[in-house]
Amino acid sequence: MGDTGALARRSALVEGLRAYRLIAGMWVRSSMTYRTSFVVTVFGNLLVTGLDFVAILLMFSQVDSLGGWSMPEVALLYGLSATAFGIADLVLGSMDVLGARIRDGSFDTLLVRPAPVLAQIGADRFALRRLGRITQGAVVLGYALVSVDVDWSAQKVLLVPVMLVSGAVIFCSLFVAGAAFQILVQDASEVQNAFTYGGNTLLQYPPSVFGKDLVRGVTFMLPLAFVNWVPAAYVLGRPYPIGLPEWAAFASPLVAAVCCASAGLAWRSGLRSYRSTGS
Amino acid sequence: MGSGRLYLAVAVGGFRRYATYRAATAAGVFTNTVFGVILVYTYLALWDEKPHLGGYDQAQAVTYVWLGQCLYATLAIQGGGAEKDLMERIRTGEIAVDLYRPADLQLWWLAGDVGRALFQMLGRGVIPFLFGALFFPMALPTELTLWAAFLVTLLLATVVSFAIRYLVALSVFWLMDGTGVNQALMITGIFFSGMVLPLNAFPGVLGDIVRVLPWAAQIQMPADVLMGETDPLRAYAFQAAWAVVLLAAGRLVQSAATRRVVVQGG
Repeated sequence: MGDTGALARRSALVEGLRAYRLIAGMWVRSSMTYRTSFVVTVFGNLLVTGLDFVAILLMFSQVDSLGGWSMPEVALLYGLSATAFGIADLVLGSMDVLGARIRDGSFDTLLVRPAPVLAQIGADRFALRRLGRITQGAVVLGYALVSVDVDWSAQKVLLVPVMLVSGAVIFCSLFVAGAAFQILVQDASEVQNAFTYGGNTLLQYPPSVFGKDLVRGVTFMLPLAFVNWVPAAYVLGRPYPIGLPEWAAFASPLVAAVCCASAGLAWRSGLRSYRSTGS
Repeated sequence: MGSGRLYLAVAVGGFRRYATYRAATAAGVFTNTVFGVILVYTYLALWDEKPHLGGYDQAQAVTYVWLGQCLYATLAIQGGGAEKDLMERIRTGEIAVDLYRPADLQLWWLAGDVGRALFQMLGRGVIPFLFGALFFPMALPTELTLWAAFLVTLLLATVVSFAIRYLVALSVFWLMDGTGVNQALMITGIFFSGMVLPLNAFPGVLGDIVRVLPWAAQIQMPADVLMGETDPLRAYAFQAAWAVVLLAAGRLVQSAATRRVVVQGG
């Protein structure tokens, strides 16, 4: 009995991933129809997302350190957060159209299709142009990794990919939770921007810049700090503004798993409470 | 007289149209407040490191942040105002209906955008600004004349902002698709308006350049007038000059577009 249950769950996951791949592939093909337009929008996406980094560059054109952190150190925070967020944005970034789909009634169509709704809505308007953000984040990360003054150990090297994957999962969870919230309040897709884009902006600056209460909030309540702040502070050998045990630097995957589970619960309860507009 | 009433009605329509989406407005207020808090801390760290950067003290830098959040939607800094609808109407060919109307195309859209801006200001801009004033030290004047002068710069800023976006939207007559120009509008808007950093804190020659571009009329000028950093008359002259130049350019492009371009039909 337990075996068949597990099997059913696994096949649902496989089914979901397959549906996601098919829908995303369709959108990729459709955007590739206008190849020049695609190249231009990727480039534009790269520039738009690069503006955050331009802000940091402009700041460092005036000062040598920000909150006690040097340029390469801030760039490391930036590169980690921007790349992790870029991955999440590519995978689930189009979920803010959910509210519009509920309003115009087309969400009902997704519900009757024989594929998981989350996979369908996640892949909806899949935009390959979002590679621009990942590219831009990765370039800054590359610069940071070669210029930052760190005594690299095996653990520290390993933490870099762990941060990127865990960070992407944490941001993905935010997108899913935001989508669940949109089922309740359709017009409020901007609320999730405060957490996704806002969180990404927050994490690009050193934690020492912010008030202790804010740091506590994003460490314990909405654990964004595990995307980069906490592990990166360990890599750089810098004290974290609020006292945390050393193992916390390695807790990102665990935090990501918990975020994922909570987002899943939120999504399910959101979906259960859905009422069609009837139009 | 009669046409004045017409444009007033269009402006009221713009205001009411945006006022319909209450949940979206509340969400926007929340988002602007969160971004304001994040930016305030980064600016405080920057001004802590380099006091009097750009001639501002810390309280003035904080004021600038909250004013930016207040004007972000009001002036459609990254786009999303009247130009979005205009582009769509040009793309679908519905613009033909607008051209038939016994009203001036540019004034019609300006009136609608002013109505939108007024609602975004009252519904979405004021609350984050008050939040900032309540929880952070700000450099707000006590003289009523400065506040009055500030309101005048806001009106002029709205016109300049519209004039830029109108000009950009008309390009769709030739391009047929607004995706690229929208991106350009977003990048230039955010960067040159001083959303990333106050323009007076930009270094060297770059600073000299960005401070004379039309986008300087949007946040920098109202901020400097409010905080008594510049002579209001100088600010008015700067804003009005750009408004006239850009609106005139918009008219030229508009007449070229309506004379030479075949409207998309369906």
